[in-house]
Amino acid sequence: MIPAAFDYVRADSVDNAIALLSEHGDDAKLIAGGHSLLPLMKLRLATPAVLVDVSRLDELSYVRDAGDHVAVGGLTRHHDVEHSDVLREHAPLLAYAAGHVGDPQVRHRGTIGGSLAHADPASDLPACVLALGGTIVARGSGGERTIAVDDFFEGFLESALASDEVITEVRIPKTNGAGFGFEKFNRRAQDWAIVGVAAVGGDRPGVALVNMGSTPVRAAAVEARLADGASPEAAAAVADEGTEPPSDLNASEEYRRHLARVLVQRALTSVAGGNGTGASR
Amino acid sequence: MTSELPTATVTVSIAVNGEPTEHTVEARTLLVQYLRESAGLTGTNIGCDTTSCGACTVLLDGESVKSCTVLAAQADGRAVTTIEGLADGDTLHPMQEAFREHHGLQCGYCTPGMVMAAVSLAAEHGTLSEAEVRTGLEGNLCRCTGYHNIVQAVVAGADAMASSRSSA
Repeated sequence: MIPAAFDYVRADSVDNAIALLSEHGDDAKLIAGGHSLLPLMKLRLATPAVLVDVSRLDELSYVRDAGDHVAVGGLTRHHDVEHSDVLREHAPLLAYAAGHVGDPQVRHRGTIGGSLAHADPASDLPACVLALGGTIVARGSGGERTIAVDDFFEGFLESALASDEVITEVRIPKTNGAGFGFEKFNRRAQDWAIVGVAAVGGDRPGVALVNMGSTPVRAAAVEARLADGASPEAAAAVADEGTEPPSDLNASEEYRRHLARVLVQRALTSVAGGNGTGASR
Repeated sequence: MTSELPTATVTVSIAVNGEPTEHTVEARTLLVQYLRESAGLTGTNIGCDTTSCGACTVLLDGESVKSCTVLAAQADGRAVTTIEGLADGDTLHPMQEAFREHHGLQCGYCTPGMVMAAVSLAAEHGTLSEAEVRTGLEGNLCRCTGYHNIVQAVVAGADAMASSRSSA
C-alpha cells in the first residue's frame, strides 16, 4: 500500500517547522517516527498534501531531571524513554509502559510527542501521561504554551493542538518512589491493548484507561473511591463507570467493561505492592 | 504556491550495505520500495505491509526498523543494512550461520526480517536467553509457526556474535 502523493519538506528547526505548518495550514501534517501517521496514510484515512518531517530535530530528543518533574523532549523515541535511567528512577510507569508499545522496531521509530499528538485512545503512552498528571508543552506561531494533559485529548484522534503547533516537551511530575501498575491485555504481543490500565500511587495518585472510549480517559470513579480510602477491590469495581468503550472485532463493549474492572484491580494491587509490575500478555 | 517547496519527488541518498546509492523517487516512496525497486535488493520481503509482521525489517543506522513504515526520504543521508549486507563474502554472518545450523526457517519468507531483527537485538543486548529472544522478536511473525528453531538459532547466533566481538 502506497500513500497518496504529497510534498515532503524536512524541517531544520522547530521554528522552521512552525513556519511550514503556518504556511500550509490544515493541508500539512507533521511526521516524526511516522508509526501512527504512515499507516493511516497507506489506508488513505489521512491524505495530507504536505508532510513536514521533524524527525531530524535532535534537540527535541532528551530526558532531563528538571527538579520536581522530568522533562521529556517531544521527539524522544519509545526506545529511549524505556531505557532512560532518569525516568526509571522518577517516573518508572512511563519507562515501563514505553517498553510495551508495539515491538522493538516500532519503539526504534515512534516518539512520545507523536503518540500524544495522534491522540489514539488505544495507545499506551497517552493513558500513562494522564495517570501521571503530565503537562504538554507546545510551540506555535503564537509562541509557547503549556497544556495540562486533562485538557489535551478532545476527541477521537483529536487533540488541543492548533494546526501550527509542535509538541516540544512533555513534563512528567516525579512520582517519588510511589508504586505503579501497568496492564495491557491483548491477544498478540504487538497489538494495541484491547483494554489497558496505567496507575500510579503516592501523593498524586492517578488511574487512566486505554481503549475505553473515544479518547484516553481517567478512571475518575476509581480515583474518587481511592481518595475516600477504598480498597483496590472496591475501587476497581467502578472502573468502567463513565466510560464509553467501543465494540469491535476484538471485544464487545460488555467484555471491555469487564476487562477494565479486572485490570484496574491488578494494576492497583501492583501500586499497593510498591513496585511496578503488570502488562498481562 | 509561493514557496519553493519540492515537487512530489525527492532525491534520496542512502548508504545501503556500505555502498552509496542515490535515486530520485516520489516522496511517498517507502524505504522497502526504495530497497527493492530502486536499489534492486529484493532480499527484504514485504509481508503484511502494515507494520505487523516484521518481514521487511532492516537496520537503519544499526537499529531494526520495519521498512514498510519508513519513508525513503526519512532514511536520506543514513545507513541501511539489509540481509544482503550481512555476509562477509562467502562467509555467512554468525546469525545467518546459526539460522542455517539450527534450521531456523520453514518456508523462509519471514527469515530476512527475523535475521535482521535478531542481529539488532543481539547487538544491543549481547547474549540472549530463550525468554529474551521470544520477547525481543515480538515484532516478527512466522506464519509457518516455526518459532522453536528460530529461537534456538537466535540464542546461538547471539552467543556467536558476542564471542566474535570479544575475540576481535
